[in-house]
Amino acid sequence: MSWFISPRQLRKQGVLGMNQRNIEYISGHNERRLFPLVDDKLKTKNLAIAAGLSVPPLVGVIEYQHQVNKIDELLHTQDAFCIKPSKGSGGKGILVIHDHDDHEYFKPNNQALSLADIKRHTSNILAGLFSLGGQPDKAIIEYLIHFDESFANYSYEGVPDIRIIVFKGFPVMAMMRLSTAASDGKANLHQGAVGVGIDIVTGKASYAIQFDRPVEHHPDTGMLLSDINIDGWQELLNMAARCYEMSGLGYLGVDIVLDAYQGPMLLELNARPGLAIQIANNQGLLKRFDKIAALDDAALSPEARVDFVQTAFS
Amino acid sequence: MQQKIPFYLLVILLICLGLGSAVYRHINLEIPWLPGETREVWSVEARLEFAALGEPIIAQMAIPETQQGFTLLEQSTASPGFGLSYLTEEDIPAVRWSTQEAAGKQVLYYRARFLLDKQQGKEWPAAPELLAPPILPETTELVAQRLIEQARFQSADQITMAAQLLNNLQSDDQQVQLLLQERSIEEAAILLMQLAAIPARQVTALRLKNSRRNQESRAYLMVYGEDSEDEKVAFFNLATGKEGRPQRLLIWELGDRPLIDLEGGRNTRVSFSMQRDVAPVQQALEQKYADVSAMQISLHSLPLEEQKLFRGLLLIPVGVMIVMLMRVLVGLRTSGTFMPVLIALALMQTALGAGLAGFVLLVVSGLVVRSYLSRLNLLLVARISAVIIIVILLTATFSVIAYNLRIVEGLNIIFFPMIIIAWTIERMSLLWEEEGGGEVMKQGGGSLAVALLAYLVMSNQYVQHLTFNFPGLQLVLLALVLILGSYTGYRLIELVRFNAFQQNGTDRSQFKPSEKAPK
Repeated sequence: MSWFISPRQLRKQGVLGMNQRNIEYISGHNERRLFPLVDDKLKTKNLAIAAGLSVPPLVGVIEYQHQVNKIDELLHTQDAFCIKPSKGSGGKGILVIHDHDDHEYFKPNNQALSLADIKRHTSNILAGLFSLGGQPDKAIIEYLIHFDESFANYSYEGVPDIRIIVFKGFPVMAMMRLSTAASDGKANLHQGAVGVGIDIVTGKASYAIQFDRPVEHHPDTGMLLSDINIDGWQELLNMAARCYEMSGLGYLGVDIVLDAYQGPMLLELNARPGLAIQIANNQGLLKRFDKIAALDDAALSPEARVDFVQTAFS
Repeated sequence: MQQKIPFYLLVILLICLGLGSAVYRHINLEIPWLPGETREVWSVEARLEFAALGEPIIAQMAIPETQQGFTLLEQSTASPGFGLSYLTEEDIPAVRWSTQEAAGKQVLYYRARFLLDKQQGKEWPAAPELLAPPILPETTELVAQRLIEQARFQSADQITMAAQLLNNLQSDDQQVQLLLQERSIEEAAILLMQLAAIPARQVTALRLKNSRRNQESRAYLMVYGEDSEDEKVAFFNLATGKEGRPQRLLIWELGDRPLIDLEGGRNTRVSFSMQRDVAPVQQALEQKYADVSAMQISLHSLPLEEQKLFRGLLLIPVGVMIVMLMRVLVGLRTSGTFMPVLIALALMQTALGAGLAGFVLLVVSGLVVRSYLSRLNLLLVARISAVIIIVILLTATFSVIAYNLRIVEGLNIIFFPMIIIAWTIERMSLLWEEEGGGEVMKQGGGSLAVALLAYLVMSNQYVQHLTFNFPGLQLVLLALVLILGSYTGYRLIELVRFNAFQQNGTDRSQFKPSEKAPK
């Protein structure tokens, strides 16, 4: 067992590499002009609403610096909320407040923030601190997802989300991302979140990794990861498949969260999804992509595409 | 696939063009492939001494020209009080000094610099016309004819015959002595050539030897072969009769005429001194092509300051290549795409150690200041502006401190591109706030590592030599960039990252059925 795997072996297992992803999949299937639709969460949200997909309800949008001063009026309509940059990427700049009295705002780890802290964070967002390329941005205030009880112990200080890779409208591979103490409550795998590969056919966990190495239990809560089973998986797949028509992007990462009350909601779309999902599933993407590319793609409906996936990849 | 063919054609075309232009420059302009080659440049000084008679003076001295093996780089004279003109349009180029009146001992100097140039293939002037031999006393005529008969018998062509004749002139033979009674050996040689109808001319030559003063010129006989198409010539040292042209034999005058033509003076004496310089090829070629630039469009024709600028600019593509290799093939992450190239460029200006220390010092102190700024709740543009100002102040402070501590290298810190540094600090600080110090170290370290590598390559003298002297190679780099840009294979780091796929069997599931205990 060496530190390296040979390129030949990787190719044999159909593992997609960064260069090939950039050239053949991102440049090849995603038109540049469509990027702003997914890079701006507010635009994505409006698109999703228009397409009839469920999204986390919007509490308000802060667009100008002067609105920051009155942010408390918006916040006080909600018990729990999150503030995020509209053009942020990789989970940057997301502030989650799960409770507040009128003076102190509590993060999930119960750290208290003052109103001034909130305002500073918001104006940082407006200045473009978290946006791609530092462009000026908008701050979105959103309804806070309540996690489904069944996942309560699978995540440390954060909401687990489900990432589904959609190629030409076919949901191809899925994983669940669980935040950990190491990832500081964030769901980014490179920061130490646990990635659980989800069987695209059944919605059951099939494999799990942290820091690119297999794990069996959640490192903080000790829960057995193999028990994960997502109810209503079919609905999630349909939702992901419909994002293709909605966005026009051929190669897409769809992030979905499960709300305890309102069911699955579309969180955001990603035109440059990462490759760690392959490790989390212990399986390369290319073989599945090839099966779909080989398909004579007569305009199938989203449901028909999900059916195809569930028979072809079982 | 259809798009691929024009793409590969383009790549091949670029490579051919680039390599072709480099080969052209190497062959036609003699630019060596490797740096460090030197050429000999000889400074030769003729010292003309005479006693003036108090009358108007015209002194004319034959001067050498570019010739096979030597390229004339520049010439100058030192002759206070004399008017000067170069008669380079004449058949025999000369320099002419003149003055209305002079008395007493006069010394005039003429100096020329020659590049010892094996590539210089200037043709010799055509053979002189054969003149009718002079009428000689019968005995002399007889002796000469006998010598010629004998030589013709022992030779194959004009040159070998001349060799025989000159060889015979060296012997103690009585007949030869008779011939030499009334004339010098030079005159005897010319006479024999005329009688034998061999085109030849007497030339004045100098053997170049380093750091010699007070040298005399030597008389050589230049003999033309029969083949008038490709002028074959041979040189004979008239003092010894030996054939051959030593490599450092500079032909001063080709015209069968005296070196000096002086009116208004007497007791003329010419002596030569010479000095060898070893000049880098670069410099030698620059002088050689100083005024033929139109045909060979070359960066050498630019003023020195601009040349230096281009030396740096032409290295950037090499640095860019390194960054591409590290990112596309290896997969190292850097903060900012071409940041490492800029750091490497700055390091080229500073010494490596001092540059690295300066860079780290600046970024670290910038980060400290920036962490305070982040608490002030400033707008982004304001914050970066503040960082720029502070970086400049820090630079000034460090320079002054370094100077006062007598660390001269410390002053080089000013070569860093300030705005870039400020942006780096800003990005790293964001990275720190967002992802923690570890990520900063990773990306910062990656940037520095790539910058170091780029620096090592860019400061390599071979690389510098090739990029500056063969600008066509940039097209080859362009082709490589295009190829790399369409590389879809795995990055080196991915081979480690995806290492988990190694133990894969056919079973994709890590979780054994037995583990899946019912809830």
